[in-house]
Amino acid sequence: MSAATPASMLRTTGLSKSFGAFAANTDIALALAPGARHALIGPNGAGKTTLINLLTGVLKPSAGEIWLDGERVTAMPQHRRVKRGMTRTFQINTLFPGLTVLESVLLAIFERTGVGNRWARRVAAMRDETAEAMALLASLRLEDAAATPTRDLPYGKQRLLEIALALATRPRVLLLDEPAAGIPAHASAELFGVLAALPRDVTVLFIEHDMDLVFRFAERITVLVGGRVLTEGTPEAIAADPRVREVYLGEADHG
Amino acid sequence: MLSHLAGILFDGVAYGALLFVISIGLAITLGLMNFINLAHGAFAMLGGYVAVMAMSRAGVPFLGALAIAFVAGGMAGVVLERGLYRYVYDRSHLDQVLFTIGLTFMAIATAAYAFGPGQQPVHLPPYLTGQVNIGGVDVGVYRLFLIVVVAAITVALSWLVEHTRFGARVRAAVDNRVAAEGLGIDVTRVFSVTFALGSALAALGGGMAIDVLGLDPTFPLKYMVYFLLVVAVGGGRTIKGPLIAALILGVFDVAGKYYVPEIGSFVIYALMVAMLAIFPNGLFGRPR
Amino acid sequence: MTPPRERWSAIEIAFWIVPVVAYFALPTFRTFGSQVFVAGLFALSLDLILGYARIVSLGHAAFFGLGAYTAGLLAHHGFGEPLSGLAAGAVVAALAGAATSVLIVRGQDLTRLIVTLGVGLMLYEVANRAASITGGVDGLSEVPMWPIFGVFRFGLDGSTAYVYSLVVLFAVFVLMRRVVRSPFGLSLRGVREGERRMPAIGVSVTRKLVIVYTLGAAIAGIAGALLAQTTQFVGIDVLGFQRSADILIMLVVGGAGYLYGGIVGAAIFMILQDRLASLSAAYWQFWLGLLLVLLVLFARGGLIPLAEGLSRRLRDRRVKRGRGPQEAGGG
Repeated sequence: MSAATPASMLRTTGLSKSFGAFAANTDIALALAPGARHALIGPNGAGKTTLINLLTGVLKPSAGEIWLDGERVTAMPQHRRVKRGMTRTFQINTLFPGLTVLESVLLAIFERTGVGNRWARRVAAMRDETAEAMALLASLRLEDAAATPTRDLPYGKQRLLEIALALATRPRVLLLDEPAAGIPAHASAELFGVLAALPRDVTVLFIEHDMDLVFRFAERITVLVGGRVLTEGTPEAIAADPRVREVYLGEADHG
Repeated sequence: MLSHLAGILFDGVAYGALLFVISIGLAITLGLMNFINLAHGAFAMLGGYVAVMAMSRAGVPFLGALAIAFVAGGMAGVVLERGLYRYVYDRSHLDQVLFTIGLTFMAIATAAYAFGPGQQPVHLPPYLTGQVNIGGVDVGVYRLFLIVVVAAITVALSWLVEHTRFGARVRAAVDNRVAAEGLGIDVTRVFSVTFALGSALAALGGGMAIDVLGLDPTFPLKYMVYFLLVVAVGGGRTIKGPLIAALILGVFDVAGKYYVPEIGSFVIYALMVAMLAIFPNGLFGRPR
Repeated sequence: MTPPRERWSAIEIAFWIVPVVAYFALPTFRTFGSQVFVAGLFALSLDLILGYARIVSLGHAAFFGLGAYTAGLLAHHGFGEPLSGLAAGAVVAALAGAATSVLIVRGQDLTRLIVTLGVGLMLYEVANRAASITGGVDGLSEVPMWPIFGVFRFGLDGSTAYVYSLVVLFAVFVLMRRVVRSPFGLSLRGVREGERRMPAIGVSVTRKLVIVYTLGAAIAGIAGALLAQTTQFVGIDVLGFQRSADILIMLVVGGAGYLYGGIVGAAIFMILQDRLASLSAAYWQFWLGLLLVLLVLFARGGLIPLAEGLSRRLRDRRVKRGRGPQEAGGG
């Protein structure tokens, strides 16, 4: 391996966000190599979701910069960042209750392929996009639910649809906000399979509380405490770090 | 030239003060319960007609009639809030708009039926008519009266909000309703009282406005956009917000009609639309 | 809302046969009928804005009025070709819609109310002050129309007007039906069903809303032009608040977001108004207000979802009853 580090796919410098006097994120520095499997962990209230919101453009930073594949995206609105290849999922299902599973995925595909504003063609006649959508659903074992309205889906399947929508945009950087949220341990095998099958060229950053998931998939872990980066390293290093144990054990004591 | 300017400023402030006292109830309703009450003008109209009836049928003097209007507005507010409005608090803004427009139509039709479609004449007591000279400028006594009364009301309201327990509850509920409820504040009751007070003030304003804005059954719709403007630009979180918005609105409307009468009310719409474009959440608002 | 069906259902076909039959069955109501179609088209345009984009507008009549005056003035000044008048009305209204959409799409509900209301009021003022051009409060009364395609004259019996407005309504409706089933229509439903997710899949919600609002304005412009052409008169009330409020009521009575709601609501409203308003204007306004209050309290969503809910419950009951004897027999 050469000494030169590969250019980062996603990088932040000095990223900070304050709400009045409350500093949600302070001086966050991240660097994700292409194809990374990077976990973001930390106690509740550490600012993890705020960070995702900053990265995706839902929130404007108080300070700092964000770089996506070398391009400065700090001022870019959310939908433009998606077009540039950075998509997220939501911790709480943010889906389209009245649209069927297939319609939801088609929606994302249409926007990606640039036909989102076509008004004269019927959706039912868009065969290529439908085939792509069905293939995507099949890879997530959702093809049987294609005609089901989202609101009628069981929770676990909704969680998979969350990911399907993000994948439909063919992201280069995928930000997963607690993908396993609300899924009981015995039912998470399906989700694990999906995450493991994510293409290698997609850079993944995920927030998770489920340590099992984290240690199975993460190649690097960043620990966020009180809005700041406490430490970053390989799973083994993090697991052995006494400061990290204190943060989590200290939590357990108060729990 | 300067005395003209001063005169216009004065008239504008008086007009704005009137708009404020009518609109403050609407602003707080929006800030407190996120409820768009397009029927608010109907409470002002109610106050106007009650005052007229008190003066013409019962021979009550002007100031007494205003007091009766105030009470009538408050009572109407209590009855309507408990009886009707509370069923639509949790509904969408569209539903609220439709509901309150419906109430407005009913109010207008009733007023037209009961009082006829024409303007109601008002006979101000002699001590409130004419002009008085202040600092070299001739100002109307009635407009001076408006400013003084509204100033007193503003002071009273501010005191109520800043220095009483009730005011503290209102501020808490406006700031964060869920948290306020968590603290044990009966937000529903706070709202009932606030709504009644807002309606009473609107009715008082309606009574005072007869001489300035006129009174006929179309009053609620005619001036609806002005009340909405005060609320949108001033926000529903403070007292000073709607006050400043109302004053700006009043001054620019009077100035606009004086200096460029050809385009008249155009000025005020354009100004307010511009302000909303620059400050989408009002001058003092917090994004929701 | 469930995904729109591709094929025309039996009810839909029946719905459009009714006005055709009415042409022959009720020949004295042709003039009235054409006004129902105009109102229906106007309400359809608002459905796009309210039912699909969820924008509460109290000033949609601004675009209607612009279309009416455009077509009216065109004919007034010598160019009475009907279809061109429709096109001109659509273009002018669309431009106004695009211009105001910038403020509308970014604002909150209250801002939208005020801006839409304010634009309507401003245009009313302009029309009033430019009375030499618009006829002011008296209205624009000389609107001579050329025959459609050089053949069909606008006569006093309203036959041409009836067919003309029905055809225009149907044509625009078919277009909208297509749009709703297109990728763009899907994205509109996406905005309606999950606005928060839309930017997260790369959609500029603002841009979608601008397009929808402009489209709604254009169609309102066509409706206004249609009014000017079929009545050969443009009153200043085409821009008034009452008209904006009336069309909103028509739409919500029928049900917003179904495309048919506005047409159904317009028919009911116009028929009721014709019967009741003749008694007294205040009478009509009172009952209209009461209708609105009751609608909001008890019939949320309007008549179409109410009818759908009823038919579903009837179907369920029939199914249950149908099973009964079988279970008893099978025991």
